[in-house]
Amino acid sequence: MDKLINDFSFGLFFWVAIIFVILIVLMRKFAWKPILEALNTREEGIANALEAAENAKKELEKLNSENERIIKEARAERDTMLKEAREIKDKIVADAKEEANEQAEIIITNAKGAIEVEKQAALAELKSQIAGISIDIAKKVIKRELSSEATQLELVEKSLKEVTLN
Amino acid sequence: MKTNSIFKLLFTFAQILKTINIHEGMIVKLNLKVLVVLMLTLLPFTSQANDEQHHDTAQHEKSEHVAKKPHSEEEGFLEGVNTPEEITAYSEHHLADSHDFIFFSDEASNHHYGFSLPVILFENGLTVFMSSEFDHGEKVVEKNGQHYKLYHGKIYKTDAQGTIHYDEHHHPTNEKALDFSITKNVLSILVISIIMLLLFVSLANGYKNGPIPTGFARVLEPLVLFVRDEIARPNIGEKQYRKFMGFLLTVFFFIWITNLLGLTPLGINVTGNIAVTVCLALFTFFIVQFSANKDYWKHIFWMPGVPVPMKIVLAPIEVLGMFTKPFSLLIRLFANITAGHTVVMGLIALIYTGKAMLGTGGSIGVSLLLTLFINVIEILVAFLQAYIFTMLSSLFIGMAVEEHDHH
Repeated sequence: MDKLINDFSFGLFFWVAIIFVILIVLMRKFAWKPILEALNTREEGIANALEAAENAKKELEKLNSENERIIKEARAERDTMLKEAREIKDKIVADAKEEANEQAEIIITNAKGAIEVEKQAALAELKSQIAGISIDIAKKVIKRELSSEATQLELVEKSLKEVTLN
Repeated sequence: MKTNSIFKLLFTFAQILKTINIHEGMIVKLNLKVLVVLMLTLLPFTSQANDEQHHDTAQHEKSEHVAKKPHSEEEGFLEGVNTPEEITAYSEHHLADSHDFIFFSDEASNHHYGFSLPVILFENGLTVFMSSEFDHGEKVVEKNGQHYKLYHGKIYKTDAQGTIHYDEHHHPTNEKALDFSITKNVLSILVISIIMLLLFVSLANGYKNGPIPTGFARVLEPLVLFVRDEIARPNIGEKQYRKFMGFLLTVFFFIWITNLLGLTPLGINVTGNIAVTVCLALFTFFIVQFSANKDYWKHIFWMPGVPVPMKIVLAPIEVLGMFTKPFSLLIRLFANITAGHTVVMGLIALIYTGKAMLGTGGSIGVSLLLTLFINVIEILVAFLQAYIFTMLSSLFIGMAVEEHDHH
């Protein structure tokens, strides 16, 4: 302890104090302040950038889920639309078929009616022709009868052969 | 004489290296790493070689006596710093401040390689002259009718013959001059301050070009961050730490750089000087006292939460605590650095003391190995002490500015 006190140099103490005060002042002004400020700015910048990135990520996620929802909706809509279209198509086809059937029915009915009419007309004509032919035959028979019996019969037979009931 | 033998040792060592170089063709192989290790190993030798100008009168006579002897290298070794007393005196000398900056000396020719520094005395007005006028303590200087003599690194008032009176402990009883000289330590501190300013102003300017540091700033920035994030913030608190950063950063880098330079062959011992550590600790002391809040004083003089008699007992203890805290700081730093330098010097002295047991080569080898080992540890200690000083300073500041929300 005695030696320590003996070694203590007041001059050195004085200089150290002066130099150190000046050093602290200069370092504060020209080194530490700008350094710490720069570090703080940088750290804040990094923190902000991280936050921004995080926000952007969240935003993106939100956007993604939104997109997914929209896609899902669109898909559902498309499905319903397709379904509807199919139904409509089926209905149209069915309707068309029905109509066609109806139309065909009508046409067929009409045709049948016409055929019937034609047939009646034909039959009526046939009847009248047969009647005419019969009368002709009868006329000829009656004529032959007038000449001979045998020829009359022959005539009848001949006439009958000629007549074709078409 | 001691330096003389150290020189011879160095010379021999150089010779050994040379022989190795020639025989093994190692010159090419000597890469940077090897050189650095060699340099590191040699540091203590050169730093020890600084001081020779002040010996006890008795020692001085002895050295002259020895110098007259014809000496071969071997003899020089044998006549070196042999006794434990001489070794102690030698290392004590290295630890002390000095009025000239001497890198090494050749005592045989009494030649000192270095430069002298200005001596500033406040005696009969301001007296300024160069320390070379003392001729390393050999001459008495007369200024303004007053004679001064440099003795063991201190300037004493004396008569024209330079008589030094001693007390029974062989301490000089002459009056000391009021000495404000630019000593070796003052110059070192100035140089270190300039180095710090250059380093950190360049780091600060680097941020003007962008937020990412380049070059050497990449080394400095993590250290600044270390002081801020590991020392100041946790101990002082997020709210208040900013205003103490100037002191903490300055003191951290000052102690660290000073400690490191103390391990170089410059042979300076700034942080191992009690005046320097007292000054640094006083800074912490005053900063703590002046930044302390009401709670701090209340806890010292009227401890809350204890009975009145205890308050009275605690007050003087707490007041004592105010002073023991910075005192522990100054003693810790001083003792650690002094111890480090002393151990290194002691291990080098092993070359002389261990020679009888190990032989010349053996003692050099053992000494080199141990010194290298201790030097590497000292590099760690240099950082550690800077860290501890700053850490405890911020802890004390933190205790003084802490907001108490209890009781």
